[in-house]
Order: sequence, then C-alpha cells, then structure tokens
Amino acid sequence: MKVTLKIWRQPDAASQGAMHTYELDGVSEDMSFLEMLDVLNEDLVARGEDPVAFDSDCREGICGMCGLMINGQAHGPEVTTTCQLHMRSFKDGDEIVIEPWRADAFPVVKDLVVDRGAFDRIIQAGGYISVNTGSAPEAHSVPVPRDDAVRAFNVATCIGCGACVAACPNGSASLFMGAKVTHLGELPQGQPERDSRVVGMVAQHDAEGFGGCTNIGECTAACPKEIPLDVISRLNWDLHAALRHGH
Amino acid sequence: MTDMPDTTLTGDPSHDAPAEHGDDAVGYYTPGDPISDTKSPEGPISERWQTRKFEARLVNPANRRKLDIIIVGTGLAGGSAAATLGEAGYNVKSFCYQDSPRRAHSIAAQGGINAAKNYKEDGDSVHRLFYDTVKGGDYRSRESNVYRLAEVSTNIIDQCVAQGVPFAREYGGLLDNRSFGGVQVSRTFYARGQTGQQLLIGAYQAMERQVAAGTVEQFTRHEMLELIVVDGKARGIVARDLVTGEIQTHLADAVVLASGGYGNVFYLSTNAMGSNVTASWRAHRKGAYMANPCYTQIHPTCIPVTGSHQSKLTLMSESLRNDGRIWVPKSKADCDKDPRQIPEADRDYYLERIYPSFGNLVPRDIASRAAKNVCDEGRGVGPEVDGVRRGVYLDFGAAIERLGRDAVEEKYGNLFDMYARITGENPYETPMRIYPAVHYVMGGLWVDYDLQSSIPGLFVTGEANFSDHGANRLGASALMQGLADGYFVLPHTIRDYLVDGPFEKIDESHPAVVEARRSVQSRVDHLLSTNGTRSVDSYHRELGNIMWEYCGMERSEDGLRKAIDLIRTLRDDFWRNVKVLGTAESLNQSLEKAGRVADFLELGELMCIDALNRRESCGGHFRAESQTEDGEALRHDDQFAYVAAWEFGSDPDSGGMGLPVLHKEDLVYTAIEMKQRSYK
Repeated sequence: MKVTLKIWRQPDAASQGAMHTYELDGVSEDMSFLEMLDVLNEDLVARGEDPVAFDSDCREGICGMCGLMINGQAHGPEVTTTCQLHMRSFKDGDEIVIEPWRADAFPVVKDLVVDRGAFDRIIQAGGYISVNTGSAPEAHSVPVPRDDAVRAFNVATCIGCGACVAACPNGSASLFMGAKVTHLGELPQGQPERDSRVVGMVAQHDAEGFGGCTNIGECTAACPKEIPLDVISRLNWDLHAALRHGH
Repeated sequence: MTDMPDTTLTGDPSHDAPAEHGDDAVGYYTPGDPISDTKSPEGPISERWQTRKFEARLVNPANRRKLDIIIVGTGLAGGSAAATLGEAGYNVKSFCYQDSPRRAHSIAAQGGINAAKNYKEDGDSVHRLFYDTVKGGDYRSRESNVYRLAEVSTNIIDQCVAQGVPFAREYGGLLDNRSFGGVQVSRTFYARGQTGQQLLIGAYQAMERQVAAGTVEQFTRHEMLELIVVDGKARGIVARDLVTGEIQTHLADAVVLASGGYGNVFYLSTNAMGSNVTASWRAHRKGAYMANPCYTQIHPTCIPVTGSHQSKLTLMSESLRNDGRIWVPKSKADCDKDPRQIPEADRDYYLERIYPSFGNLVPRDIASRAAKNVCDEGRGVGPEVDGVRRGVYLDFGAAIERLGRDAVEEKYGNLFDMYARITGENPYETPMRIYPAVHYVMGGLWVDYDLQSSIPGLFVTGEANFSDHGANRLGASALMQGLADGYFVLPHTIRDYLVDGPFEKIDESHPAVVEARRSVQSRVDHLLSTNGTRSVDSYHRELGNIMWEYCGMERSEDGLRKAIDLIRTLRDDFWRNVKVLGTAESLNQSLEKAGRVADFLELGELMCIDALNRRESCGGHFRAESQTEDGEALRHDDQFAYVAAWEFGSDPDSGGMGLPVLHKEDLVYTAIEMKQRSYK
C-alpha cells in the first residue's frame, strides 16, 4: 500500500521544528509501524537526506523506549506500544501524522526523540524500597496475600514509556506515579517508606514541570499496559495520608 | 590509519587438512599458551566460594569513596552491580546507550528465574541445580563458577522479594514455582510472562536509590567506544555522548562490562535493536580474550520472518511446546494449503516421530535444528521469503479439543494475543507458525573465577562473559546469572583488586588516553567521510545472512571457510563504500549503527574461526562432521574439553584483524562425571 507521512522534523532541541511530508509506496501490512519508518529512512539515506530520528529498542512492547503521537493518539490507534502497531491498522492512501510526545517535561532532542529523564528523577525521589544487597530476610518469612501480589504485579507492568503524559491535556505524570506508588504500596515490604515515597515523588513530579491531574482519563486510555485510572486515587489517598502524618 | 580498514586475507583457504585431529582451523589462527583460572580455591567444590570470599581482601569503608568504578550496561548484571557497589560506598559511574537504565534488554525475558530454594521439596538442591546447569551446558563450562551460581541463586530470590518484585504467589501467600525447560524439579520463580521486566525494575530502582544517594552517577544515551588501558590495567573508557556527539574520557580504578550479548551479529535476532558487541569488542582489541564466541543459542519458538523489511524477531515462551504439537505437511505439495484442510494422515509430527520419548519437549537446539531440516527439505510453511518457506506449525487444535478453549486461553492467552497482533492471524482457529531465531550467546569475554578478564581491572558480568552456561544455556538461567554476578559475586571479588588502589592518578594528557581518544575520533571521521553508496543496514543484513547460513544452527567445514572469505570481503567493502549521513556533533543514529556493525564484521569472522576449530558438536554448536549415525550431536571430550580463549591478533601492516591467538583452558570436572546426552 501507499501512505502519506507528515512527520515532525527538528534538528535539535534549540532549533525550530516543522512538519515535512513524505510519500511512501510498497508498504506491506505485515510491517510494524517502525519497520515502515525503517523503510522510509533507507529511502531517505539513498536520496542523501537525513533519516528521521526516533527511539526504539526491544521492539517487542516491553522496554518502553518507543513512543510516537500517531494521528494525534499516543502510540496510535491500537492499545499497544508503537513498536507493536502494524501497518494492517492502516489502509492504502492513508495520511499519517507523526509527532514526538507532547509535554513540556519531555523536551525534544531531535525529530521524534524526546528526553524522558524526568521519569528517572521521579523514581530517584522515592520509587524504591530501601534494602541493601545481602540484607534481605528469607523470601518466605513474609507471606503476601495472593490478591495483593496480583494487584501489585498488574500495576508494576508500567513500562515508563510516557504515553500517559503525552495523552494528558495537562501533561501530568500522575498515572506513572500512581502505578509505582500502588505497586510498592500493595506489598508489606513497601510499607515503611510509604509516606516518604509519595511525598518525594510528587514533589519531584511538580518540580519537573508536569501538570496536575484533572481526572480526564486520557492517560489510561492511551496506556499500552492498561494501567487503571484508580492508581491515581490511590496516589492521592497516600499523599493525603502522608500529609496527615506530618510529612 | 590504524584499526580501520582491513584488507588483509590472513588465513589460508587452501588448507590441506588433517581434519580428524581437530585442527580444521590451521592457518586461521596462531596457537598460544594455555590459560587457566588462578582464582578459584582448591578443595571441595561446596567450600570454594566461602573460601574465596574470606580470602579476597577487604577495602576499608573510608577508602571506598576514593575508588572509582565504571560500569557499562544497566541490565540485570550491570544495574545490580551499580546498586550494590554504590551501597558499599564506592564511586560508581554507570553508562547505557538507552535513554534510561530501565530499558536494558534483560527487560524482555519472559519465563522466569531459577533458584535452588527447594520450596517444593521435590529433591532440588544447590548440587542438583549445579548438575543440571553443567549437563545442560554439555560439559563445556567451568565447574567452580557454575557451583557458585547455584549457591547464590537462593539469595537472589530473597533480595528481589525484599525490593518488592511481585513474583507469582500461591493462595497461602508463599511463592509459586514452575518447572521450566525440561528439568524435573520446579525451581523457576516467575512474574507472569514478564519476569525479566520485574527483576530489572527491581535492580533499576535499587540503582536509582544510589543515584539519589550520590554514590552512582548515571550517563544515559552514552556509548562506550574504547577501553583505556594504562600499564596493563583497565583505567577507563572513551564514551560518546549520543545527543551532543561529544567524545568524553572517563577514568576509574576498575571497569566493569555488563554490556550483554552479541546475538545481533546475525542481524535478525530476539535482541533489542541496539544490542551490540562494541564494548566487549573494543576491550578484546585491547587484550581481553574472547571465549567460545561460536556458542550461540537458537530458540525454536519465534515468530517467522515475513519479508526483507523485518527488523527483529519476537520470541514466544517455549512453554507453548507443553501443549502445542509441531508439524509440517508430509508432502511438499501441501505446503501452501490451508493447514486446517490437511488431514491427520498427511501431517508429519516430526519431533514426536524422531524423538518418541521427549517429543515436542526436546531441548532447544534439537527442536531448532529439526525445524531447519524440514524447511531445507522444502516442507516449510508460511510465506516464501527469498524462495523458501521458513516456518513450521505449532498446533493447539488437539489441546483445545482436550482442555477446552478457556483453559488454553487461561494458560497461553497473552502469547496468543501477541502472536495475533504481529501476524494478524487467530491462533485459536489456525495453527501458529514458528521458526527458530538467535536468542542468546553463551560465548563472551573470558573471565576467571573473580569475573576478571585477561586485562587486570577489567571485569565482565552477565551475558557479556562466557563462564556459566558452557555450550548451551538452560531456560530461566540467564536472569539468575546476571543477578548472581551483579549482586553477589562481583562486589566480593572486585574488592580484592581495588584494595591495591586508588591507582596512580592519570589525566587526559596520558598517552594511553590520547591514543584511545584518537582511535575513536578517527573511526567516527572515517565513517562520516567515506560517503559511499550502501547503507549501514544493508551491510548488517548481509553479514547476518552469512552468519545465519554458515554459522547458525548447523556449521560445516566448507561453509565456515566460505563464510570467513565472504565476511572479509564484506568488511573490506564496508570501510570503502558505507554511506553514513549527518554530522558527528549531534544525535546521529546511522553513525551509532555504523560503529556497531563495524565491530560485528570483525566478531563474525572470529565466531566462524572458533566454529571451524571446534570440530565437534556440543550444545548449541552443531558441526555437520560430528554426528552419530542417527544424526545426533557428537561431542569429543578427548579433543575439545577446553575453553577456546581467543586473543586479538593485530595485522602489523593494516592494524586490522590478523591471526587470532588461541589459548586453551582445560576443563576439569571433579564434582561431576561427563556424559553424552540422549533424548531419544
């Protein structure tokens, strides 16, 4: 099939960007979306034009490195990562608009590549359990009710891709934070630092320039791992509890 | 110009060969002195690690912050090491090419992690895990290292649970286990089909905690391009900031490579797009020996290639083989038919036919090779790619009839969904198609019991080293090894080296630093100025085809010789004719790839030489000349019970690859008896 691609090109963070249009023929429906861009890049190189920069690594939907706004939707029309989107979701003659994640806290590095370092810094501010290597007790010394373990797992599947932020009209990372706070907060091992964790992470989130949550729900709709919206309720609940405890 | 174009044709292809004596590769290498591990203590195998930990000298806590350690790679082996060494108070600098340490490819491991907890009381023990691992590796690993791996496996589970890793649990709240990869005990801990992700997030969070504490400094989107060696010791790296293009010098008292495996030398593999050999290969060029590079693991249950646009392959858990039946049509004429229209009598369930006792559950290498054989016969299924159908059916029809669709969905639903998303086919209705793909490499940089390479001060952990899996790795053991090395082994062994530091201060004006920076700069300049006609990917794809064809599931003397010639020609062409656009001073993904492919083009040749030298079949390495009458792998312990540790041989004229030097480490088993495998 043949598609028309409108792609955001921006040489670097300091320069102005603009949309460029490319025609691409011979696209097979078995191609992944990123393989389609690989083919475009091979064409561009052959013509002596700079290939389009975009991030991807595992290309099996788990590392979280890829992520594009496709026709205005984070990761495109299916509930999956960009790398797992295939061209059979499009049809011959389609026009496809491709932009980088949109958010102040994710500045553009080049073309479709953004800087998500803010996510690492949010984790540094408390998204962990403090246990030095070698000091852990025997694994069976603390049983964890199965339902708690399942709930923790379900939200621990967050891949840190940033689609939630890109989809949110406020550019909020509340879903990302809520997933981590819920994952660790469901487990007995996570209790000692529950208050300091949420306070630290929220403070860093705000300092990074992410917006607040206004319960719109675009984040969970865009999330390739289907993290539920109620992790944000849990985040708020934990934050209020921590503040009540004098944090 | 030094280490760039390599036009020399070293080995002598006209070799006239006494093949039966196991020297097929005469003319392609120089024999070197034997090598041995000097760090593993003597005595009973179960006491060696305790002894080593006691004998390894301690670094005073106050001195640790004066010692700098560079760690390249942030997967399970690198992230866990950074966290642990940071906690101990050393100054750690951590590097990864991705935008965050959490992206490392350990994250993609699905199945689980082995540990000898014996929670099921089913007869498991440290000794049994050790035994299974050595046997699974076809008696080509070093027994002291493997025993230690089994020993510390239990600590890993304790540590991960304490970090909040949400392993699967039973209703009583205790950890669940499953049996994995054909072993007879249930020792595999798992987190649904995302065990690697959960373990990596645990290590990542522990590492980020140390970043906040100031003991670990992380450098994302940075790639190591050269090792700095001063007075024979590893003292730092040259890295490129992938965003600004800046060439940076980072100096330290020790360097740890945790940079993963090199499966992407095959172009198509289940590795991440960026997985590469560059860190290891630059160290190899500086004197670190590369051990058993030909040992690759090819996984039987991957989704087949659909066309030349294919950028990577996706693995599906081999647990599918528990209930799925593998077949191809008996007749070539049926290969393009709808499989549902092919009656039972016309199907060849070839694994069940050839291996009646193990059937569809034969080990990975056997299942893979059998699939290749039926496709080579012209009985493959699915779309033709380059004139051949490369796929076999994995059929759940019988399982759905026997167990019901709901039960199959409960067990395998996520895998079926993944298959449907990638292929657009519904596996509940029509059989899945699978084909083998390169998945893991057992070979890697040679290390001693301390995980130190042949360069003092250079340590290697995880998939990047060679030590624990021999010629074949068991399922659920890669995660175990990465975390064992990073959490529990390296932090103890590295102190015995660091206790003699801090080493003499050096700065950027030191000749070794100047030389390393110049080498990086000249490679970058050369790649950008060649301005040829072929894209980097086209070279990579061609190299991958050569490797897959001649150094893949089955290797032969003639094929390997041919491959070596083809690779040399391709490498020569690459340096003359590659086309890399853009500049060095910005994000330039073509330039990044070009540097990696340049190193793969050298590694590929060494892999073929190693495979040519090893005229035996063992684990993942199958030599056509070494099989039983039934076509099964035949090992030759009398000739090949050694680790092949290759030293880089530089060509004096071009500075490119010359004859590598082969150092042999004899494998001696005191705690286990060597046996030939049989799965009939």
